[in-house]
Amino acid sequence: MYVKQLSVFLENREGRLEEALKILKDNEINIISLSLADTSDFGLLRLIVSDPDKAKQVLKEGHFSSQVGDIIAIRISHAVGSLSQVLGSVTEADINIEYMYTLSVGIEGASLALKTSDLEKTIEVIREQSVHIYTQAELG
Amino acid sequence: MIWNEAKECMARADIEALQSARLKKLVDRVYHNVEYYRKKMQAVGLEPMDIQGIQDIEKLPFTTNEDLNQAYPLGLLAVPRSEIIRIHATSGTTGKPKIGAYTRRDVDIWAEGVARCMTMAGVTREDTVLVSYGYGLFTGGLGAHYGAEKIGAMVIPVSTGNTQKLITMLIDFQATVIACTPSYLLHIAETLEKENKVDQINLKCCICGAEPWTDEMRSQIEQRLHIKAYDIYGLTEMMGPGVANDCEAHAGLHIWEDHFLPEIVDPATGAHVAPGETGELVITTLTKEGLPLIRYRTRDLTSLAYDTCSCGRTMARIQRFKGRTDDMLIIKGVNVFPTQVEAALLTIDGTTPHYLMVVDRVDNQDTLEVQIEVEERFFSDEIRGLETLAGKVRAVLKTAIGLNARVKLVEPDTLEHSQGKTKHVIDKRKLYA
Ligand SMILES: [Zn+2]
Repeated sequence: MYVKQLSVFLENREGRLEEALKILKDNEINIISLSLADTSDFGLLRLIVSDPDKAKQVLKEGHFSSQVGDIIAIRISHAVGSLSQVLGSVTEADINIEYMYTLSVGIEGASLALKTSDLEKTIEVIREQSVHIYTQAELG
Repeated sequence: MIWNEAKECMARADIEALQSARLKKLVDRVYHNVEYYRKKMQAVGLEPMDIQGIQDIEKLPFTTNEDLNQAYPLGLLAVPRSEIIRIHATSGTTGKPKIGAYTRRDVDIWAEGVARCMTMAGVTREDTVLVSYGYGLFTGGLGAHYGAEKIGAMVIPVSTGNTQKLITMLIDFQATVIACTPSYLLHIAETLEKENKVDQINLKCCICGAEPWTDEMRSQIEQRLHIKAYDIYGLTEMMGPGVANDCEAHAGLHIWEDHFLPEIVDPATGAHVAPGETGELVITTLTKEGLPLIRYRTRDLTSLAYDTCSCGRTMARIQRFKGRTDDMLIIKGVNVFPTQVEAALLTIDGTTPHYLMVVDRVDNQDTLEVQIEVEERFFSDEIRGLETLAGKVRAVLKTAIGLNARVKLVEPDTLEHSQGKTKHVIDKRKLYA
């Protein structure tokens, strides 16, 4: 039930984001979703792509450090309070939410990527909620 | 194994008697053959007969870098030019190159020195020795080459500059010994790991030198390549590699005292320090014919141990180098050696990060920035994880050198990687401009 996320380390230098994206494009890797987290010194690019392992390889050849890891991708309804209900159930189960961001996928509802301290337990908890949990195939 | 037991295990009294006899002859020889030395001795009212043995060594004036510059290229030659059969030189990036000028006997003694060192590392005539120091003016390549040949090993003179070629030779010839700089060997290890070829090599040991390295680098090399690492020491102006080497006890580098007379002096006053204390290593070449050096200031900071080693050798041991008198950076009034920074960084996860120290002066305040490449093993998909890494680096640096450094994480392969000596410091302060 997990989705593979590719994270890429970026220095805060001009053109590095474009360079990373160009490498992916030149290698015909589709970007399904993209999110950038940054500080004054560096950034982390988080991507869901069509072929994460190949992406890691070609990025390495282009001198980028990257990592492939699991996250949970979910879709929740637009109803008021549905996000806080889902997150509330997770934190109540003593699970830490390490980070989350919106996914640019899906037509109805809001889609989110979620990284927690315990992905397995998180799945158990949110299964009881009215959310849709994406599979890799659905996104890819 | 010991190459020359009669010399390497001499009793202390016999070593001193031999050194005294050789020193007397040397002083006599340079006084009569080298005008530069004669003038220096005359300037302090010294005549050859004033030096009756090593107890009189402190009467002799030092030879410094400045003297070598003045006498460049062959002003200190102690034999007719026709006796010289080979020249070596340093790169001379910070001044005039340092010169090695060798008579046939000098070349023989050099090979003997390297043969003793390599035998100490377990090299025999059965071994295949891949020499990956540069061949040419640099002493590393030919120095290691002649020593390994003297032992009778099979020598592969790969030189530097082509890592892929080197790896091919390493594997195809199943080389058992490699001689190169430690940072280049780590680069080779990295390449072998990337290409999944570590289990195809047959190395048993390496003989590394030509740059300062730490115990951590040694254990890196030993663990990643499953070999034993030995440290070889020497300077072009003294002859090249093979002046000293560490044995399996790793208790310091045995220096060949029958050819080189070591002293430790206070770098500021020039006086001998108390036995066992740290100071600048000063060496007199007792047997060199071509370009003998009298009390040469090496600018290496270390101490000497004279007790008999567990390996059986009696030759004094140069202890861990604490740095160079001229590499020392003074940042905010604190003495900092790049080797200290390196040792601290290696404690983070036990491997060598690529790093660069950038020293600058902003508003009359010294600043130190340490750049670290975010290699895969340091990677975190969380901002917090990367900030923790930077924090850890700051903490180990603070402990090691007592300074607050700014830590900057940079992308892999952005810092200059070497195929030999690595540049780890950029000092933008222009203190001497
Ligand atoms: Zn020993």
